[in-house]
Amino acid sequence: MTSAENAAPAALRAREAGLSARWRLALVAFFLVLAVAAPYVAYPVVVMQALCFALFACAFNLLVGYVGLLSFGHAAYFGSASYITAYALKAWGFEPVTAILAGTAVAALLGLVFGWLSIRRQGIYFAMVTLALAQMIFFVAEEARFTGGEDGIQGVPRGYLFGALDLSHSLLLYYFVLAVFLIGYAIIYRTIHSPFGQVLKAIRENEPRAISLGYKTERYKLLAFILSATLAGLAGSTKVLVFQLASLTDVTWQMSGDVVLMTLLGGLGTEFGPVVGAFILVTMENRLATYGSWVTVIEGAIFVFCVLVFRRGVVGEILALARRFAAPKRAPTPVPARPAPGP
Amino acid sequence: MRLRVLLAAVAAVALSAAAADAQSSGPVKIGVLNDMSSLYADIGGKGSVIAAQMAADDAGKVLGQKVQVVSADHQNKPDVGSAIARKWYDEEGVDVITDVPTSSVALAVNEVAREKHKIALIVGAATSDLTGPKCSPYTAHWVYDTYALAHVTGSAVVKSGGKTWYFITADYAFGHALERDTAAVVEAAGGKVVGNVNVPLNTPDFSSYLLQAQASKANIIGLANAGGDTINSIKQGAEFGIVQGGQKFAALLVFISDVHSLGLKTAQGLQLASPFYWDLNDQTRAFSKRFAAKAGHPPTFDQAGVYSAVAHYLKAVKAIGTKDPDKVMAEMRKLPINDFMTKNGKLRADGRVIRPMYLFEVKKPSESKGPWDYYKLIETVPGDQAFRPIDKGGCPLVAKKG
Amino acid sequence: MLDWLPHIAIHIPPTQALFGQLLIGLINGAFYAMLSLGLAVIFGMLNIINFAHGAQYMMGAFCAWLALNYLGIGYWPALIVAPLVVAAVSVVLERLFLRHVYRLDHLYGLLLTFGLALIIEGVLRNYYGSSGMPYTIPDQLTGARNLGFMFLPNYRAWVIVASLAVCFGTWFLIERTRLGSYLRAATENPTLVQAFGINVPRMVMLTYAFGAALAALAGVMAAPIYQVSPLMGSDIIVVVFAVVVIGGMGSILGAIVSGFVLGVVEGLTKVFYPEASNTVIFVVMAIVLLVKPAGLFGRTA
Repeated sequence: MTSAENAAPAALRAREAGLSARWRLALVAFFLVLAVAAPYVAYPVVVMQALCFALFACAFNLLVGYVGLLSFGHAAYFGSASYITAYALKAWGFEPVTAILAGTAVAALLGLVFGWLSIRRQGIYFAMVTLALAQMIFFVAEEARFTGGEDGIQGVPRGYLFGALDLSHSLLLYYFVLAVFLIGYAIIYRTIHSPFGQVLKAIRENEPRAISLGYKTERYKLLAFILSATLAGLAGSTKVLVFQLASLTDVTWQMSGDVVLMTLLGGLGTEFGPVVGAFILVTMENRLATYGSWVTVIEGAIFVFCVLVFRRGVVGEILALARRFAAPKRAPTPVPARPAPGP
Repeated sequence: MRLRVLLAAVAAVALSAAAADAQSSGPVKIGVLNDMSSLYADIGGKGSVIAAQMAADDAGKVLGQKVQVVSADHQNKPDVGSAIARKWYDEEGVDVITDVPTSSVALAVNEVAREKHKIALIVGAATSDLTGPKCSPYTAHWVYDTYALAHVTGSAVVKSGGKTWYFITADYAFGHALERDTAAVVEAAGGKVVGNVNVPLNTPDFSSYLLQAQASKANIIGLANAGGDTINSIKQGAEFGIVQGGQKFAALLVFISDVHSLGLKTAQGLQLASPFYWDLNDQTRAFSKRFAAKAGHPPTFDQAGVYSAVAHYLKAVKAIGTKDPDKVMAEMRKLPINDFMTKNGKLRADGRVIRPMYLFEVKKPSESKGPWDYYKLIETVPGDQAFRPIDKGGCPLVAKKG
Repeated sequence: MLDWLPHIAIHIPPTQALFGQLLIGLINGAFYAMLSLGLAVIFGMLNIINFAHGAQYMMGAFCAWLALNYLGIGYWPALIVAPLVVAAVSVVLERLFLRHVYRLDHLYGLLLTFGLALIIEGVLRNYYGSSGMPYTIPDQLTGARNLGFMFLPNYRAWVIVASLAVCFGTWFLIERTRLGSYLRAATENPTLVQAFGINVPRMVMLTYAFGAALAALAGVMAAPIYQVSPLMGSDIIVVVFAVVVIGGMGSILGAIVSGFVLGVVEGLTKVFYPEASNTVIFVVMAIVLLVKPAGLFGRTA
């Protein structure tokens, strides 16, 4: 897009990575310590909720930040996986990991079908198709008997992990959820930093050029879509264990909007941004529950603020600052991470 | 194997950490959980918090300390509601959660309360499942339910000549439950259900469904819905000349705030069941005056019910001198419920509170003497006739006795 | 095992009743068409996906209600006053906020207007609650006419007539007048048009104001039928989007046609399978987008 990209490959990778390897290791260690200690300083259920949404947002970010496709229907995968897992746990008595895998598998299948249908379109039309497909899932969830309609599936037992460990203990459940999150995050990380991930970024920056280089971009986009849907499903399935219920809220378009907000707030296209955005939003919703009707106004204000002033999101701004301090002599401006322009 | 041992050790630590119960010595804390921002904000909302605070103030010092009232908005979402309930019970020392409109949220909170052995006094939600298959020793359903509404409105309307019914039903659990219960009553009373239509929730335009209702030629169009859906059905019904065409509406769940929103010109003649009306007698008038001074309008039956529930709870705690949930629930069942809206009400083993229900009719504009003067009393139905008999609900707590 | 299948109950009504339902469908379709005009104009001209459209519609209804209850201004003057007020407010929003996102990907415009809509609705909800306030049908339009197969309320007949007039008027204005051609040119090639001496930023502002005014006009017309409530915009916004997308996001004619068609499709669904009446629009949208990528009348970039 700009001449800045013609800089030496190493410099480009460094800019994309954002920080030197030493810094990254330090940050990872810091966050791991934080994650392990969290249930002792904060209310575990809230942290678990935040972790599930963080995974959801990371999965969403894979599609929007790295491929450039803004989906308005990601709640379909999040919610349908949660219903399947809830039903498996409650009615079929599945063991938790098996139930989660079942939910995730369904989300992957949906991702395959919906992805195949939607990938043909771009920009706002892609977004609208994903919204329409998600609304149909909402309808099925509302009408089908097994989903319990407005009540949802309630009183879902947490079960025994691997048949032995009682997940009704909050602390044990917390570490399990943390493990799931780390696995999901690791998958996304490996995807982004692999040749496959490079091709995705190439598609985001200039799809015609990628095609001219011989890449079958449709296939790459579809694979990314399926991966994104699968991990969103994983997040939804895990959330069932935390709250012991699956409800219509998980398949509404407002939920799809929430994940956009989290990702935007945290930093579109950054690795850690969605996690930060998810934590901020979950904490805010919990704190502001007492203020009732002002929550919507504040969420709206955050949207406005982010779009006008804070487009890079929390992590994006921090990275930009870090770059400014780390390399003051260098002139090129950082490439702001945002979805490719549509038609 | 080593991993298992490690995990078991972690679990043991978790258990011991959770064993500490810090809440047993704090002040009594009441949590009002309801919808503050959307569909049901006017039915409960801030008014319920005011009512709970009034009950707390009137009780004075309980267990030596002032009673605290906290509140939160569950946004009609079961996951938000259950998360708040968990946090309140686990972390913030809330002893009782009350109000909780929206049946799906109430059911979720009911589960949380059961799991944690804490008390939930449900006022706003309607589902009779709370005292049926989902009954819990820690939950009380304080004011009304779908069965009572169906029974009182249904039988009264059939008695006054409404023999054939057509239902416009909100397509979700509450609407279906209301339709099912009312249809049963209508047929038992010698009436006939000629048809129904399931309307998705939050449909703004009912014209198509009203047309279908007109085509059915039923005497009565039963509205198995609530809130904005009921308001829209009635308002648009007036537009399409339903009443002029000779049919009547039976709204199965109406709050005074809905009538206020419709206006008497549109709502006149509507028959509805309610456990409370601010202008019913001297006690209700006195309470409503106090309430209106703080809230700016008289209480809905949801808001009045919150006062009643909290007051009775605090009375029980004072009587036995402890907050222990099992003991308090037993005491609440032992004591008769007496307040401005309840005379010798009783809390049953299945959690159902038995109180009389009233059938009202909305006044004509000419009959109303001032703002909020909307209802005239048609009939009083004693509690044991209005509510479902204890053995018919399918409550596991009760079946054990048989 | 087949628990997941929704239970489908299809009832076939007598033919006479069907005519009534079709007419209702047409009336709703006319309303959708008028409501989606503003959105189509703003997207077609400005490339902004104006998610605040629902809030502007709601503000129009609110203006009418406030005007009636505080200023004694009735329905007929409100049809002019409310759109003007909402247009003025929208001009302020455009100047302060929207201006900055024109050069960005138009999905940012969507997020910004979505945020603005949340703020406006949240604030109004705080002060006015959510049950809604009554707004009575003006005296000249009360009553109903017996058409044989149904009673048609006079107000609904007015809605269809007014919608057709507004739709035609807007289409004519944009496609056939000089002002319309300036607007279209200004958005296709702003620099060139600016070089001709036409004040492009002012054209843009006027276009946004016009789109908002159309939304507000629809709001005033809706006030007597639906309750005036802060939630009325968000209830209807997704449907309006679907209408515009199906019609083709750049096309005025597309929005009008798809509004009518969807009204009828929805109306028929309400008869045969009412539980799906909120979802059928999305089914249509998915099908249309998969077959015709830019909507029925849209122009592909």
